[in-house]
Formats: sequence, structure tokens, C-alpha cells
Amino acid sequence: MSDLLIELFSEEIPARMQARASADLKKLMTDGLVDAGLTYSDAVAFATPRRLALNINGLTKFSPRISEERKGPRLDAPEKAIEGFVRSMGVPKADLEIREDKKGKFYVAKIETTGRSAVVIVAEVLERVIQSFPWPKSMRWGSSSLKWVRPLHSILCILSDDVESSIVPVQVDGIHSGDTTFGHRFLAPAEFSVIGFEDYVAKLKKAFVILDPTERVDIIRQESENRAFANGCELIEDNGLLAEVAGLVEWPVVLLGTIHESFWDLPAEVLKTSMKEHQKFFSVRNPKTGRIEKFITVANRETKDNGATILAGNQKVLFARLSDAKFFWENDLRTVRADGMTLWRQKLADVTFHNKLGSEGERIVRISTLSKELAVFTGAKPDLAEQAAQTVKTDLASEMVYEFPDLQGLMGRYYSESAGLAPEIVTACEEHYAPLGPSDSVPSAPVSVAVALAEKLDKLTSFWAIDERPTGSKDPFALRRAALGVIRLILENNLRIPLLVAFGKAYPGADKYNLLSFFHDRLKIHLRDKNIRHDVIDAAISKAGSDDLMLVTKLARALGVFLETDDGENLLQGFKRANNILSQAEEQDGVEYSFGSDEKLAQMDEEITLFAALKIEIPVIKFALESDNFQAAMEHLAKLRAPVDAFFEAVQVNTDNAVVRRNRLNLLSEIRAICLSVADLSRIEGS
Amino acid sequence: MTVDVPKSFQEIILRLQSYWSEKGCAIVQPYDIEVGAGTFHPATTLRSLGSKPWAAAYVQPSRRPTDGRYGENPNRLQHYYQYQVIIKPSPPDLQELYLGSLEAIGMDMALHDIRFVEDDWESPTLGAWGLGWEVWCDGMEVSQFTYFQQVGGRDCHPVSGELTYGLERLAMYILGVDHVMKMPFNDPQKPIALTYGDLFLQAEEEYARWNFDVANTKMLLKHFEDSEAECKAILEKAAKDPKTGKTIIMAHPAYDQCIKASHLFNLLDARGVISVTERQAYIGRVRALAKQCADAFVQTNAGGAAL
Repeated sequence: MSDLLIELFSEEIPARMQARASADLKKLMTDGLVDAGLTYSDAVAFATPRRLALNINGLTKFSPRISEERKGPRLDAPEKAIEGFVRSMGVPKADLEIREDKKGKFYVAKIETTGRSAVVIVAEVLERVIQSFPWPKSMRWGSSSLKWVRPLHSILCILSDDVESSIVPVQVDGIHSGDTTFGHRFLAPAEFSVIGFEDYVAKLKKAFVILDPTERVDIIRQESENRAFANGCELIEDNGLLAEVAGLVEWPVVLLGTIHESFWDLPAEVLKTSMKEHQKFFSVRNPKTGRIEKFITVANRETKDNGATILAGNQKVLFARLSDAKFFWENDLRTVRADGMTLWRQKLADVTFHNKLGSEGERIVRISTLSKELAVFTGAKPDLAEQAAQTVKTDLASEMVYEFPDLQGLMGRYYSESAGLAPEIVTACEEHYAPLGPSDSVPSAPVSVAVALAEKLDKLTSFWAIDERPTGSKDPFALRRAALGVIRLILENNLRIPLLVAFGKAYPGADKYNLLSFFHDRLKIHLRDKNIRHDVIDAAISKAGSDDLMLVTKLARALGVFLETDDGENLLQGFKRANNILSQAEEQDGVEYSFGSDEKLAQMDEEITLFAALKIEIPVIKFALESDNFQAAMEHLAKLRAPVDAFFEAVQVNTDNAVVRRNRLNLLSEIRAICLSVADLSRIEGS
Repeated sequence: MTVDVPKSFQEIILRLQSYWSEKGCAIVQPYDIEVGAGTFHPATTLRSLGSKPWAAAYVQPSRRPTDGRYGENPNRLQHYYQYQVIIKPSPPDLQELYLGSLEAIGMDMALHDIRFVEDDWESPTLGAWGLGWEVWCDGMEVSQFTYFQQVGGRDCHPVSGELTYGLERLAMYILGVDHVMKMPFNDPQKPIALTYGDLFLQAEEEYARWNFDVANTKMLLKHFEDSEAECKAILEKAAKDPKTGKTIIMAHPAYDQCIKASHLFNLLDARGVISVTERQAYIGRVRALAKQCADAFVQTNAGGAAL
């Protein structure tokens, strides 16, 4: 057994690509080695800004020797067939063996695949992996033909066992493998050689490189928390930022700095976003004041002055950045205090939303009208909903949102508050974009809900009207997300909204039925995640009134539960049987048996019992359905199960007596009708 | 080792010039047409095309009319300087060469934290893109470092390495100045000591006013169209010059018209007369010119064509 160590050393790899790249290196290498007949016991991969590394333990030294026999043509076969066999086997004709069976003599080729050494296989696989590495974006450099994420400088590739370690000779685009690498760019740039993984990790650490990204993450988190704590503060955690920062450094050194106090009054989100987006700083809160007063920056090195110069530089950059942010904030506040949000709303009349759909200003007018209409469904005051809708987008014209688009909505909250608007409007500013994804929380305040619905319905109907629908993986305007947003707003707030009516009041010209079926598709996906079968949803949707998603969902839920029960399953069978017999008879006779049955014509006990059961249950079921009490409807439907089962057991529908037969078919029709009045059971799949 | 700190803006420029001269670059002079960035200089755009080796470095005055702040903002200017280095094929030690240049202009490499942070560069007007980084010094972006992959819509073979230094910001950092206008331009110990403001404050105010409120948009629009038409007309001429009988493809004169069109577009943009939708269309028109110029250049001797 040997251990294999590979390092691909390059110029700085983008932080966001490192984790994926090390995983890809591991998978491609191990798959390639296994395909070539080697086995290994374990493999682990790492990445730093300048290197991808892979360590494979317990790799076999040779691939197994394999001998196979292939039966060929008969001796008297046409010459062409024999030649073809010789060619495809790669064995000279003279080396073919001749065997005999009952039918005569035939050729046999013996193929020996000799075991190949790991050295040869590793070189072959690694060259291939490097040549075709799946970087999300790669480049050429100098006169190279190789593509890599940034220029690749060296390849370390060694096989080692207890006795010795040797270089696996690999050559890619003029780069020859070796057993050397380099330390930290500034702290220990010299080249050094290694004999195995442990040696590699230890020497790297001496050369100021921490190979394992999780170790770098731990150091940064630990040190940051310690520094913050020592200053009586607390670190605001940000795992995404932590992973990114760990991908920017080989030797993390955590430095804590103070934000100039003239910026402490900026909204916390502004400080956080500005520091994170531009500087990749962590925010540090003072628990006594609740404000963000300090920051953590992570340098890639130690210095004689313990980072004083680095910190001073970072602080200076931050000062300039926050001066900009403060300038925007104060300008914006001045504007809203002087004339509310009107000026911004006017400005948005000049901002294009989409070249076929007019300006943001026009969109605001549409959303306002629609919000007012939807207010009755959400329980909001119509005028307040309209006023909120006129306000929620205005922060798009603010300087702060121009600079930090991520702060849209949130800045709207601050600014509308400063403009002295009603608290419902202030809340709607922040909430009206929600929910942004399947796990984002859904607003419940009536005004917020009305505006959030209007915002999304306007988007959907308008893009539908200009025929910009999502196709395949393309959904540039995030319309699927918008539809899911509407669905979640409706379901989680228990709203009864006839969507077709709502579409009609939104952007004109959309194909309403096509849009509704888009909603049904999204609903199916949404409910499938909640373990409701797609055919059950189909059965519920296929009922009239399917533009009321709350009702559809309620019905699907009740139906799903019902079909899980024994009664439900059996009644479904009864329904299907009735439906089959009826369909056949109707097709054969060319009539529809819906004239109603006559109890007096019932002959057998089971028939009479069924008549009686229907007489009791049908009105009850109908009443339950009228009051949308699906659970009750199902419960009473279940009571039909026993008489229906018994009926089919004992009674033959297609008798010779035409009158009795007709009456029985009409009876089946009533069973079918009452079942279908609950849900379209013909859509339910399976036995 | 104590670091020899420069005293003025011009000393930083001079040191960069001598550093890159020593490293073998031709020290080219600024281009004499208004451009938005050093990349527009034909020594970069055109010379990054074709197979011939190339190494050049230069200062390029750059104009971004929308960035004018009447000289009031500590580091925003409508006219500023970029230092540009372009080497084809990109040498394997380009990062080290770059770091050496920072040391040459007085940065103590033992005290600072230099980082290469992913930043992919793209110029939609030039039909150009590349991969590389923005270089951070203690959290501040001091340079752009790019391996050109495409210019004028054409693949770069071999690849050029491009370095762009924002000179004012870098110099302010090294000299420890908070406002660009206060930065010493020449040696502050000399009898006539001049600041950056002494040289440019007046002009910044004047241009800001002209760029934002005065420039004649009708005329600019006409100039834009003239440049576009002339660029196309130049390239449509037969390669063979009837007077001399030589093959003369006029890539450079055509490219001049392309960069003029680009600057005129920037001026129109600053005047606020270009809507969001129109913007893309204008950029597309300039890009179309850049592509045609690139196609023409690679057919010339300097562009590596075997004539």
C-alpha cells in the first residue's frame, strides 16, 4: 500500500470556488483511480487561496492482472469475419487458440491485461483531471493552452510508503511534477520538499500556511470571539462571510478595530452591509448600547508591529466608506423629512421597470390600485393598503439603496418612519418583498399581505401579458419565486382569494387560465414538499373553483388523509368500479345514465341498503361541501363504503332485465356523482 | 531595512516609470485622445491582439465625466491618472513583478497586508474581458490585475497580463494624505511647492460644470454619429492604397474614431440624456466599432499577420 499526495499550486483561487474545487479534485481522482483498477482506504482534500491538495491513503501499488477468453468465429467462417475478430481483439492470428465443440472448430482469443503500477495510473488520471477540471470559470495565461482558474505554477505528486517516497512524473502543458511546494507568499516564500502528507502539513504550518480550511475557520471564529469578548463586546456571526474570509488567507490573523463614533448612529444594517460587502469585516456589537461599534478584520499575516499598520489602513478605508454611507443616509433623511416620499415617487417615473412594461412609477400606480382591491380579502383598510403600496418602492430612488441594493425595503422602513407615516405602512415597506424563498418568513399584517400580494400579482400578470414566462431553467424575472410567494401568502394567512378575479384586476392582457395553471404547478411542488401526493392535488384542482388555492389545498389535505384510511381506499375502488361499468355501458348504449334511480325498482337487499344509505348521506355530504367542511364530507363519504362494497359483492348490474339494469346504472351514476362532487377521484392513481 | 518613502505624487510616477523600464517595458507616452481608462490606449487594446510579444508601461490621463465632484470629494475626480502595464505573453512571475513595483514606490512589504481578491474584469464597450483580481493593500483596492482573455471580441493568443494602478488613490495612501487636492504634486521642500489641487482644482470645477450642465448635447450626439460613420468608412476602404500601391489597413485611425465615440457617449451620459434602455444600445454601437478595429488590426503587420 502507498499513500498519494497531490498539490496543485496556483495564483490566488477565488474564495467562493475553493470548497467545490477540492471536492471535485477528490472525486475525479478517486473515481479515476478506481476505474483503472486501484483501490484505496480513504481520501481527504483541502484548499487554500493558492493550492488544492489531496491525500489518499492505502492505495494499492498495482491494478490486478486480468485474463479473459473471448470466443471467436468458426474456422470455416468467411475470412473477413476472422480478420475482424483478430483486429478487434488486438491478438495476432497465429496466437489464437483453436477449440472444438459439437458443431466444429472455432477460434479463441486469450487476452491478458497485465496489472499496471500505481505510478503510471496516477500520472495518467491526474493529467486527465487537470486538463479537464470543472472550474466554473477558467482562463489561459502566457502562451499556455491549459485552462485553469488562475495560472497554475506547480504540481506536487508523490507516492510514499514506510520505506521511501517518490515523485510521480506528471507533465501538463510544460509543468513537471515534483516533490516541492512553497510557503506563505510573504512570510515564507521559499521552496521546500516533502516526503508525505504529515510532513507536508507540518512544513506548511512552519511556513505560515494552514492547509485545512475548517481549521482556518475555527481559528478565525475563536479568535474573533475572544477579541470581541476581551473588549466587552460580542461578535455578530456570519457563516457565509466566515467561509469566504477563510478562503482569502493562508495564515489568518484576527484584528479588532473601532468604528469612528460619528458612524455609530447609522442603522445597524447599513454598517453591517457596508463593512461586509466592501471590506469583508465582521460586525462587533456593544451589548450595553446595542450598537455596532467595532469590527473584526482578518489579515493574512503577522507583522513586526502586530498589525498596527494593517489595522490603521483598514480603519482609514472604512472611514471613507462609512463617510459615503453617512452622506447618503443624511441626504436621504433630509429629503424625506422635507417632502416625505413624494419626490422619490416622482423620480421613479423616470426609472424603467422593463422596456415593455413601463416605468417603476407606472408599476407603483398599478400595485396601489390592486392593493386596494385585495385589501378586502386580507382584512386591511383599503385606503391604507393603497397608501402603503404608493410608498413601499420609493426607497429605490434613495441614495442608500442605489449604493446598497440589498437594503431595499429595509431603508424604506427607516425612511417612511422618519417621514411620519402610519406604522402599518412602515412595516409594509420592509415586508412587502417577502417571502423571498421557500424558507423566508411570510408577513401576516393585513396591509403588508395586501401589498405583498399585489406586488407579485402585478409582476406575474404583466410578464404573462408580454409573454415572458419562465422556460426550463430560465426564469430571469424570478416569476416562479413570485408565484410561490403568492401561494405561501394565501395559505399561511388562510386567505380566500379568487385568483382569476384578482388577475383580471391586475395587469391587462395576461392569459389568465395559463397563469392559473402555472400557479397549480407551483402549488403541486409546494404541497409535494408537504407530503401531499400530486394526484391528490390534481383531484382537488380539477374541481370547480380551483382558482381558490386555499380551498384546493384544504380539499387536497382532507382527501389525502381520507385516502390513507381503509374506508377511503375501498371507496375509491368502489368509485372506480362504478365508473368503469358506467362508462362501458354509456359508450355501448350511447346514453348518459343520469336520470335518477327509482328505489321501488330495487330487488335485492344490498341494493335497498345502498339506496337507503345514499338517501341519508348525499344531503349531508352536499351540506358539508357547501360549508367547505371537507373533513365532514369525507367522513360521510366513508359511510358509503360498506353498502357500496356489499352492493358490488352481491348485485350484478348488467342483468337481462333492461329496466332493472337501467335503474342500477342510474344508481351507479349517483354514486359517481356524489364522489365527484367531493373531488375528481378519477385522477387518483394506483390500485 | 528602512523604506525610502517618496515625497510627492510625481515621484511615485517616476519610480513606477523607472521600475517598469528596468523590467524591460517600453515606456510609452499617454495617448492624445480623451479616454475613460488606460486600457483604451492602443498600446493596450490593439497590442494585446495578435501573436507578437509586447511590453509597455505608461501613465494615461483618464476622464470619467460622471465622476466629477467639483474638486470637493476627497478622491473622486472626473480627470485622473492611471498607470498601466501590459505584457504579452504574461510572464510567469507577473505577481512578483507587481509586488516589486509596490516596494519600489515606498511600500514596506513587511508591514502591509497585500491580498489578491477575485475580480473579473469586463469592458462591454471594448468587447473585452479577463480574469484576475483587485489587489488589496490593508483593505484598500490599489490595483486591478487582469489576464486578458478576449479583446474586441477576439480570443487573446497569447494572453496579455494587464496591471492598472489608480495613481491618486495609491499615492494618497503612500503619502498619507486625506484629500487628493492636498497631495503634494512635486517635492514639498522646493521653493515652488505645488499640490495636486494647485494643478487641477480649477479645471475640476470647470469640467464638472461643463460635463453636467453645459455641454451641447445635440452637438455631442452629432459628433458621436460622425465618429461612428468615419470609423466604419475608414475600415471599408480597400486594403491596397491606390497612391503608393502598398497594402495599408487603417486600423489605428479607425480605432481613434472608436475611442472618440466612446468618450462622447460618456459625455452624453453625464448630461443625463441617455435613458437606461438606450444605454445598452449605445454601448453596443461602440463595441461593434471596437470589434471591427480589432479585426482590422490583426490583419496588419503589427497585429501579427504574415504579410
